[in-house]
Amino acid sequence: MAKIIYVDHEGTERAIEATNGESVMEAAIKNSIPGIDADCGGACACATCHVYVDEAFLDKTGTAEDMEQSMLDFAENVQSNSRLSCQISVSDALDGLKVTTPESQH
Amino acid sequence: MDLSGAERIVIIGAGQAAAQACASLRLFGFQGSITLIGEEAALPYQRPPLSKAYMKGELAEERLYFKPAAWYEDQNIDTVLSVRATNIDRSAQTVALEHGGSVTYDILIITTGSRPRALPVDGADLEGVFDLRDLADVERIRPRMIAGKKLVIVGAGYIGLEAAAVARQLGLEVTVLEMEDRVLARVTSPTMSSFFETEHTRQGAVIKTGARLASLSGSDGKVTKAVLADGTVIDADIVLVGIGILPNVELAEEAGIACSNGILTDRDARTNDPQIFAAGDCAARPLVHYGRKGRLESVHNAIEQGKLAAAAIVGKPRPAEDCPWFWSDQYDLKLQIAGLSQDYDETVLRGDPETRKFAVFYLQNGKLIAVDAVNSPPEFLASKKMIMTGARLAPETLSDTSKSMKEIAAAAV
Repeated sequence: MAKIIYVDHEGTERAIEATNGESVMEAAIKNSIPGIDADCGGACACATCHVYVDEAFLDKTGTAEDMEQSMLDFAENVQSNSRLSCQISVSDALDGLKVTTPESQH
Repeated sequence: MDLSGAERIVIIGAGQAAAQACASLRLFGFQGSITLIGEEAALPYQRPPLSKAYMKGELAEERLYFKPAAWYEDQNIDTVLSVRATNIDRSAQTVALEHGGSVTYDILIITTGSRPRALPVDGADLEGVFDLRDLADVERIRPRMIAGKKLVIVGAGYIGLEAAAVARQLGLEVTVLEMEDRVLARVTSPTMSSFFETEHTRQGAVIKTGARLASLSGSDGKVTKAVLADGTVIDADIVLVGIGILPNVELAEEAGIACSNGILTDRDARTNDPQIFAAGDCAARPLVHYGRKGRLESVHNAIEQGKLAAAAIVGKPRPAEDCPWFWSDQYDLKLQIAGLSQDYDETVLRGDPETRKFAVFYLQNGKLIAVDAVNSPPEFLASKKMIMTGARLAPETLSDTSKSMKEIAAAAV
């Protein structure tokens, strides 16, 4: 289990308890967190689950693999801490993870 | 028509479009009752993994569901599962249910989806012959997906080829039968067909194109052989049928709602009855980037029409309509498709299929209308945007790999 905090583009925080093994995207969808569309359901096919990872957790979430990185290159307002949340797997190490959602996924 | 007084929404069919409509209606502030009627036992779940990661055993069942059961309770959505809707009475505004009883609606959303086309040959009802559409189908198929078993797949469309890839990875002996002279004949260009045929062959599947199945035969009621029209006999422990799907339009048709290869809708997913909407596989909608109506069998379409219906019902502005998009996973190949390629008059190859990373662009009168991108997200994502803006591109620009897709998109007009 890990507590994940989702911050929307207006700064509102929503904290949920996520289960190990599910993705940060899945935890968001199951808890109706706004700002993440995840149209493809986690197949890394659509780039609509873009989040900004809090700098303090960047070493724990790891870095994007090639496929994910090339998807991110075409997302709007990409930053160095951008990730697709379907590619971040929840584990105890991510307890307290804070991610911010962009204004739009399209 | 002003629907702002509507208090009761009934949704027939509990797939992706229905799940999206439920979520969007609540997100958009609809506070009335929502009743979701589904003929399967399961709450709405994702279908794409059924022929991919879930079939392979890499994805737990609970991860297929869009929302947990508690969400429907929290959102005050009444789920009526394992029940078929049998009739729509438009004057009484009721939906009859198969075991008796009915529900009354102010607004009805039809998301009845589609069903597999039945195999029209003798022996199609033998044990061991399966469609691949529902969770229940995969539950029956999966225990039989054992290394060394002989699997015959009828139909080399996306479902058939995805299942072939899973089966090869699990160690089954796989034969794919395709009536046309190439795989994916109805959905892609000869270049892509040839690539996928080569890939499956290299992975050990036997692809038989131009193969007409005459019958299935068996012993003790179980399938053991597939017999082709030319007399060829292929041993089979399992047969998977993937020869296309048919839209479930009968309920709508019987209720007098306009249909033509799908339930006809406007851009807001509304049918010719202003209180009835249709979304997903069962609907034929305006394809705004192509100037025609059509039925799309895809996740993108189910999500988008679910949202469009919800927005129209609550009186929100119409959400932007995206360029149609699709994907397929086979082995380590990710095929991403943007647009609809049917009416192309020219194809352009970018990259080398031998590297397993390339794209085929489809042009019509110089305008980009679609792309098939293999392991190439930039080609997919850049094209998606360019298709929506109606970009005209020279073939030599698209094929020039010294320029990135970002550069090409930035220069496109």
